[in-house]
Amino acid sequence: MAEFVPHPELPPPASSVGVVGWMRRNLFSGWLNSLLTVVALYLVVTALPPLLNWAFFSADFVGESRDACDSGGACWVFVNARFSTFMYGFYPAAQAWRVDLIFGTLLLLMSPLFFTGFRYKLQLGGFILFVYPWIAFGLMHGGLLGLPVVETAKWGGLSLTLLLAAVGCIAALPLGVLLALGRRSTDMPVVQTMCVVFIEFWRGVPLITVLFMSSVMLPLFLPEGVSFDKLLRALIGITLFQSAYMAEVVRGGLQAIPKGQYEAADALGLGYWRKMGLIILPQALKIVIPGIVNTFIALFKDTTLVIIVGLLEILGMVQNALNDPNWLGFSTEGYVFTAFVFWIFCFSMSRYSQWLERKLHTGHKR
Amino acid sequence: MAESANAAQAPSQRTDEVMIELRGVHKWYDKFHVLRDINLTVTKGERIVVCGPSGSGKSTMIRCINRLEEHQQGQIIVDGTELTSDLKQIEHIRKEVGMVFQHFNLFPHITVLENCVLAPMWVRKMPRKEAEEIAMNYLGRVKIPDQAMKYPGQLSGGQQQRVAIARSLCMNPRIMLFDEPTSALDPEMIKEVLDVMVELAESGMTMICVTHEMGFAKTVADRVIFMDRGEIIEQNEPHEFFNNPQNERTKLFLSQILNH
Repeated sequence: MAEFVPHPELPPPASSVGVVGWMRRNLFSGWLNSLLTVVALYLVVTALPPLLNWAFFSADFVGESRDACDSGGACWVFVNARFSTFMYGFYPAAQAWRVDLIFGTLLLLMSPLFFTGFRYKLQLGGFILFVYPWIAFGLMHGGLLGLPVVETAKWGGLSLTLLLAAVGCIAALPLGVLLALGRRSTDMPVVQTMCVVFIEFWRGVPLITVLFMSSVMLPLFLPEGVSFDKLLRALIGITLFQSAYMAEVVRGGLQAIPKGQYEAADALGLGYWRKMGLIILPQALKIVIPGIVNTFIALFKDTTLVIIVGLLEILGMVQNALNDPNWLGFSTEGYVFTAFVFWIFCFSMSRYSQWLERKLHTGHKR
Repeated sequence: MAESANAAQAPSQRTDEVMIELRGVHKWYDKFHVLRDINLTVTKGERIVVCGPSGSGKSTMIRCINRLEEHQQGQIIVDGTELTSDLKQIEHIRKEVGMVFQHFNLFPHITVLENCVLAPMWVRKMPRKEAEEIAMNYLGRVKIPDQAMKYPGQLSGGQQQRVAIARSLCMNPRIMLFDEPTSALDPEMIKEVLDVMVELAESGMTMICVTHEMGFAKTVADRVIFMDRGEIIEQNEPHEFFNNPQNERTKLFLSQILNH
């Protein structure tokens, strides 16, 4: 019998690799694809130069008032002049360092979490989630250590947006997990029914009505003289609302875990909470990272709705500035700037989730 | 594999201490009667192989023993504790009863070593260092200590099943249940898993094993049980069971699986 000789390894044909290969595969793989490529190219060529021209080349960046804007492009002077109110709202300028300190410290605290080798992630994460919010609140609100009080009505701008989004996310996720577990606990019908009713109620109403009810209706039910902070009411409303969505996302993850995982955990005698906490949730939450981040992004953008109860986050502050007689007529710049800020944050969240998915992937399905 | 060494007539490890007792156990799935009046006593160190056609209730029976399935009538007493709906007792029994599944059911999000130390650390409250030593010892016994830092998804089926056996053993159980442990494996991996099981049987572990590996039954079983339609049709020591089956149904089953 002839000896086995392996076929020699050959290079791939030149037309399937490199720039030419990439273009053939992705841009001109058929007549329809080629046509779309040409149309897209045409749109880019016609739309991009005027856009760049407006935003950069003939735009004005520096100046004190609208008089500086005479080049015909975008007037970023407006954004420049009102920048601090977009960031801090009506927070006193002399105290703005407190806001900077809070968010700067938060960034510093969070940075080690992005490094794989850091050992005390759990402790640091716990500190950020459970301890830091109280420190941040104390610093923001003041009233201790000689810091002057800045009541919540003065909070606003991007710092308020971030506060609403952060508290909403941090509180909605654990609440959503509990609701999802409750909804799946078929052996406890009372708990299950309560969770189902809660989730379906909050998913059935628009957030804007929740906020409106919390500010207008709630005081009617409370005894005379008792009043909640407006911001607190908005926060509770957002959290409850988003936790219902979160619960459904997490439930999807729980359903994706094979029955064998539950059985193996049971057979080892882990008990319900350890089974869920150590085996099921780590896998389920990993599966639904895209859904969780999706909910976070939606929440982040939904914070703009608090304008209905008179809280001015970044979009509210921009609209407020647009009413300034000195700056009438710059709504395009204002909205483009706001959109850009939102895009930066939402895009970062999206990228972070993709990075997290890759990092947590352990090379298998089951 | 010394066939005569473990012959049922001279069970070296068996004692009279009763480990598992099923008395008149019935179970229904909705209206479907899956287990019908099951009576079974297993003594300490006894090795039992359960066989029978699919749907005969053999898996359901052993899954009742650690309460993965609930029985509706009769009594199941494991290691002196009766299984009721009392969660404390169920968890107590599960600590003492290890189980190996057809599809391994390793936890894919943690390493092989973490799979092994998780239950001892969280259920038995063992310090990590001690748990890791025990885990490495058992991973050595199933001959894959070098895979300890890998994730289950990086191992072959046979390796995964051996990890699953080691994971159960790390809890130091008094009883091991095997639910078709080789049915999901490629043929060339069956032997490595069976070898581990034979070694475990020789160490004196009380075992109930649902399997179609008749070679394994002949080698290590003290008793072979044949089930059909939710009933125990026949049970005997392996030599008699295979060479002199009494029931017509048993004869038919054996002729089908042995002469193919």
